Amino acid sequence: MNHDASRRPGARAALRRVWGLVYRHLALYRRSWPRVLELMYWPVLQMLVWGFVTSWLASGRYGAAEVGAGLLLGGVLLWEVALRSQMGFSISFLEEIWSRNLGHIFVSPLRPRELVAGLMAMSVIRVVVGVAPAMLLAWALYHFGIFAMGPVVVAFFIALLLMGWAVALGVTSLILRYGTGAEALAWSVLFGLTPFSAVFYPVSVLPAWLQPVALALPAAHVFEGMRAALLEGQVAWHHLAAAFALDAAWLALMAWVFLQQFQAARVRGALLNIGE
Amino acid sequence: MQPPAILAEALTKRYRDDAPPAVDRLSFTMPRGATWGLLGGNGAGKTTTIAMLLGLLVPSSGRVVVLGHDMARDRFAALARMNFSSPYIALPHRLSVAENLRVYAHLYDVPQAERRIAELAAQLQLTDLLDRPAGQLSAGQKTRVALAKALVNRPELLLLDEPTASLDPDTADWVRSWLERYRAETGCSILLASHNMGEVERLCGHVLMLKQGRVVDQGSPAALQERYGRDDLEEVFLDIARGRNREAVAP
Repeated sequence: MNHDASRRPGARAALRRVWGLVYRHLALYRRSWPRVLELMYWPVLQMLVWGFVTSWLASGRYGAAEVGAGLLLGGVLLWEVALRSQMGFSISFLEEIWSRNLGHIFVSPLRPRELVAGLMAMSVIRVVVGVAPAMLLAWALYHFGIFAMGPVVVAFFIALLLMGWAVALGVTSLILRYGTGAEALAWSVLFGLTPFSAVFYPVSVLPAWLQPVALALPAAHVFEGMRAALLEGQVAWHHLAAAFALDAAWLALMAWVFLQQFQAARVRGALLNIGE
Repeated sequence: MQPPAILAEALTKRYRDDAPPAVDRLSFTMPRGATWGLLGGNGAGKTTTIAMLLGLLVPSSGRVVVLGHDMARDRFAALARMNFSSPYIALPHRLSVAENLRVYAHLYDVPQAERRIAELAAQLQLTDLLDRPAGQLSAGQKTRVALAKALVNRPELLLLDEPTASLDPDTADWVRSWLERYRAETGCSILLASHNMGEVERLCGHVLMLKQGRVVDQGSPAALQERYGRDDLEEVFLDIARGRNREAVAP
């Protein structure tokens, strides 16, 4: 009897298991062009709608509105990073449920943290495939280059990506707890956070009692930082630091919730029939 | 001395406090290289038992040790050395057979994966199907692919849930012959849950008869038939399921 699998060095075997999960999703996309189209569809549509709105605003008759146009387009593009990141993670998990494959995954040596790593990798791939065409469109049609903000835009991307993962871990925990009845959250939950994320307006516009809620979200700090970069040409380091600190706190909390729900699902027997 | 394939000690699963246990103080020791059957009517506790053996379900009390690994503390080491197949858990339909097998070769960290896949495809007559999407296969072909998935890591313990469910008699016979040959060649331990008594009689050297989560009898198929004075295992199964004890039915 062969014992090769149990003799491999841990890290290499773990990476290969994560790759197994990523390969499974890439193979799926290779065979399903509607899924690939769906990745790009919404970000491109958003960019078109908001692009034309900003073109109208920036047509010259409204003066300061020209500056606001850049803020709108930047907001749309960066918020799509958070949305696609969260959906990329959650929907990849749902794909396993829809294909009734979760039972096989959970009886393989894939650890829960490796499952999460695989879903995060898929989330990054889905963000790049989904948002890159929208960025190109913004540049080609509206002459808006998001990278004109400088290298800090990469930090904004990462902070929003991390926030998307934290929300997705929460959504996945709810799916483990309530089954596919909770799957609609995979599409809707982050949209619900949009008003508090200060995507298109500063936190100061919100009522005073709501501002602490907004400031507890990494996104609010990212978008404050984006406005500082676009309007003042400055890097708002305190907002950037707050965004990453909040990301770390939310990720740690949601990872704990996910592991608790995973264990609870093993106790309840929910992993046996989660897709039914 | 090698630890047994499976050691279950007073294994109990209670889904709700106010309901009777789905599995009640189940204890058995399955030796290496053996093929055992888990028999029982619907709701007898077969699926719950298999789920606990796989670490998919946490027992309310008791202990499972698989291939020397305690499933409460060290389940991933055991999972790398075992595998599972069930017609009720699908493989992704859009992926080709080869892609599906490649995914599991990665998940089980199988060395020389492409060679192993080709080897299994040849053995299970899947070579011509490797590029076909799994969703387009017939029931018999799907069963062979599921077996290939279950064997991709050369498991030392194979758990099979209804391995020939919904197969025509010819294909079912082919699968049983293949499993017999595989066990003889590799020494793999097999635990199978089935409702097909002929299959259990043919493949299993020992049978655990479950009823309401408990082992109500066990032994080789021949010993059980003799004990109940029956000509085949199906009649023994009916005696147990309908509560006719062995003294009452014995001639």
